[in-house]
Amino acid sequence: MSKFVCPNCEYIYDEESGAPREGWPAGTKFADIDPDWCCPDCGVREQQDFEPLPA
Amino acid sequence: MAITAVVNERTVVWRDPKRYLWLVGTGIPLIPFIAFGAAVGLHWRVMWYFGPFFVFVMVPVIDLLAGLDRSNPPDEVIDALENDKYYRWITYAFIPLQYLAFGLVAYLLGGGSIFGSGQLTVVDKIGAALGIGMVGGIAINTAHELGHKKDEHERWFARIALAQTFYGHFFIEHNRGHHVRVATPEDPASSRVGENVWQFMPRTVIGSLKSAWHLEKARFARLNKSPWTLKNDVLNAWAFSVVLWGGLIAAFGWAILPYLVLQAAVGIWLLESVNYLEHYGMKRRKLESGRYERVNTSHSWNSNNIGTNVLLYHLQRHSDHHANPTRRYQALRDFKDSPVLPTGYAGMIVLTWVPAIWRHVMDKRVLAHYEGDISQANLAPSKRDKLIAEYAA
Repeated sequence: MSKFVCPNCEYIYDEESGAPREGWPAGTKFADIDPDWCCPDCGVREQQDFEPLPA
Repeated sequence: MAITAVVNERTVVWRDPKRYLWLVGTGIPLIPFIAFGAAVGLHWRVMWYFGPFFVFVMVPVIDLLAGLDRSNPPDEVIDALENDKYYRWITYAFIPLQYLAFGLVAYLLGGGSIFGSGQLTVVDKIGAALGIGMVGGIAINTAHELGHKKDEHERWFARIALAQTFYGHFFIEHNRGHHVRVATPEDPASSRVGENVWQFMPRTVIGSLKSAWHLEKARFARLNKSPWTLKNDVLNAWAFSVVLWGGLIAAFGWAILPYLVLQAAVGIWLLESVNYLEHYGMKRRKLESGRYERVNTSHSWNSNNIGTNVLLYHLQRHSDHHANPTRRYQALRDFKDSPVLPTGYAGMIVLTWVPAIWRHVMDKRVLAHYEGDISQANLAPSKRDKLIAEYAA
């Protein structure tokens, strides 16, 4: 399970917990998320802009 | 009070020149109390119209007289400045004052009398509704500041501040719609060269409403659920308004309803007027990948006029806001390369009322921004060919 960070506002998507409110249940792989899904906090970066967090 | 930050064992001390000026913004809901005091206490009934007078005459004049403030906090203190809770508390304090004022005005509109005010005439009531509408419109700005923040309680405060104007869907559409599509032809809240404010109004109000609903509908579709639930942020934000307006109508009678509608329309119109001037003509380039270039400092109109800036929590430092939407207002910076309006937002709204004057002032600035190539600007589709022919070198 990996984590990915929004390069603008440091929101973290954690595959383990997912983002259930956004429609991504716990365990959703980051690669399975819509590339146009925007960061739920800042709105100005999209899935394809997120950067992997070193484990 | 000085802000101190230690960076690489170096101590940076900075004093915020606007620290206490921000309280002016918090004091906006006092407008109806000032109007009431002067109209009732001094029998100066024209003061029921103090709200629009303040926003459209006093603030523009203050902007012209008080001039510019270009000061930026040093980068080293930004974190400490953002974390100083004083700044957020004065935005929270706006909301109880807002509803105290709203309650007073609703009581008077319903025929109530206090401190010998007697019955308001219809002319007085319209003035009082316009005044509280100004407060409601500026409350959308307070909600805007709060709705961008990561703390859940601040997002709820945003919904409360929006309840007065029945504009709760704004905080969904603004954050997830407008910020994503800003300065593109797809954004209903980004105005186009050749589009006057009266044409822009229905496009932004209807387009933003539809977009907010679609955003929430798409979120619930991913959850495999129906959007018809109070967990839908559009519906729960509107629920606040239903409770608020319903409570006031129950208390003060149906006669206040037309005035509630009037004040909401005024507040929404004030907010959407600001939307109109924030991105007029600005357009992001489309990249080969099919995506738009990232929002940068060149895509918003800014103003350093200190009057409107302290009134609207640095909303006019709009380029930094779009680049860093979660940044708190006190930490927003001015960028030398971003396009600048000739005066503050309040005065610019007055110019929008006469489209010929607006275009005379603004079109040449858009043209200069795109170095003489108007085809790079966001143009009204119906006027595109005419504008390109008109501005061809």
